[in-house]
Amino acid sequence: MLELDKINAGYGRAQILRDLSLTVAPGEILCLLGRNGAGKTTTMKAIMGLLPLMSGTVRLAGAEISALPAHKVAGRGIGYIPQGRRLFGELTVAQNLEIGLRAGASGPEVLEDALQLFPRLRERLAQRAQTLSGGEQQMLATARALCLQPRILLLDEPTEGLQPSMIAAIRDVTTLMRDRGVGILLVEQGVDAVLSVADRVAFIENGRNLETLEAEALRRDPRLISKHLGV
Amino acid sequence: MDFGPYLLLASLEGAVTAAVLALTAVGLSLVFGVMRVVNVAHGEFFMLGAVLAWWIASHIGGDPALGFIAALILAPLAVGALAALADMTILRRVNYDPERTIVATIGILYILQQVTLMTYGPEARPVEPPFNSRLALPWFEWGETGLQMYFPWGLSTTSYKLFVIAAAAAVLMGVWALMARTRIGLLMRATQLDRDMALAFGIPVERVYAMVFGLGGALAALGAVLIVPIQQAHYLMGGDPLLLSFIVVIIGGLGSLPGTVVAAILIGLSDGIISVFFSPTLAKILATLLVALVLVFRPEGLFGMKTR
Repeated sequence: MLELDKINAGYGRAQILRDLSLTVAPGEILCLLGRNGAGKTTTMKAIMGLLPLMSGTVRLAGAEISALPAHKVAGRGIGYIPQGRRLFGELTVAQNLEIGLRAGASGPEVLEDALQLFPRLRERLAQRAQTLSGGEQQMLATARALCLQPRILLLDEPTEGLQPSMIAAIRDVTTLMRDRGVGILLVEQGVDAVLSVADRVAFIENGRNLETLEAEALRRDPRLISKHLGV
Repeated sequence: MDFGPYLLLASLEGAVTAAVLALTAVGLSLVFGVMRVVNVAHGEFFMLGAVLAWWIASHIGGDPALGFIAALILAPLAVGALAALADMTILRRVNYDPERTIVATIGILYILQQVTLMTYGPEARPVEPPFNSRLALPWFEWGETGLQMYFPWGLSTTSYKLFVIAAAAAVLMGVWALMARTRIGLLMRATQLDRDMALAFGIPVERVYAMVFGLGGALAALGAVLIVPIQQAHYLMGGDPLLLSFIVVIIGGLGSLPGTVVAAILIGLSDGIISVFFSPTLAKILATLLVALVLVFRPEGLFGMKTR
């Protein structure tokens, strides 16, 4: 269980997150919905320790990970798939995955599992990451995070700019991970994409919580979405 | 002496300069590439390497080779440790902020320089080379009887100068292997490419930084230990290597190791040749002009990548 307890965070003096609280349980997909600038990406950076918290705590399975230095967060089992993929572009596919394995102190069987999920990467192991296509880069970013055997996955707009077959492949792996008991925090722009995979949806606005609803309720009554997003 | 042999002599002198410059500049380039720190104190790490080499060699005594070998190992280690300490206690405290690191490293420059003046003094002191036999070099020329080989008067080098070139080449191969073939090199490159993602994937970036800063200082010190039997150790000797390293790193492309080595050879050789045929001042003028041209027409350097 990942818990965010009233966190406040921002860049320098510009505060973005205000008393934001969330929980992600094992085996569920929680979607963050909000307009541009609502603080979705900032939330993920704050969880990873890449932004200093002004107050509040982040806990993973009861342990306070916001008290750890940033480079220890991944080792606790949080895999981050950032917006824009942020691969180590000049390194090879194999080296990118090695960094993921090292972060989780994982063995070769974890790499084997990740390559089974994304067989295309196996053909490209010696290739530089920046030479991959957009979809393959997203697969690599996902596989890199899976290599640390995450208990929690943070996915920031994983399907942005991808063709439909790639979107489906990414979504399949996302739901497979959920079924294996991984807790997933997902940010997506498209409401349809959210509704097709989410278990719960948390609306945020200006870095504050609005409501958190069961996705089922939204699927039954889509008017609730326009009410919260104001579109 | 004819032009040909004279040019060979000048090139050999230039190659020694290039070898030491390559070591020093690769240290600077590594620090800038991985940490984005412009280390103004780099020349003082060079100076400290030379002064420590004299100190170690004069305390060991006996055979000059013994003292030199001890200096070759101990001086870079000591300077590397000092640089890593400076990173942990000073640069980390200013959060690697670009402007503040420049001011901080200027401060380190003056502290190292003045402490050396207060302890070691203003004298220039030599270190005895471990071996230094004179090698006469042959020259070939078309004569009346075909290709002739003869030894022109004055065309010679020393075994020690050839050793400097070979040792620098070996160390550079070692640095390349470290970056390309080892686990720690992988972590350094990942940190260089994306610091935040390195942190998000469990790479202890602060430790990598301390190690890179230490390695950069150690490489400068190693270059200095190699050159100190040819030049002498002096507390103000860090200025020229700093200037030339910056010239090399800008021409080669900030953060690009192959570019740095190629630029060091280019600048070192032309410095040697122009100094012999014209004047050392002209050599510096041309090198600085080249930097200006590179900055105007190819700001990322000859081998650098455009920043994202």
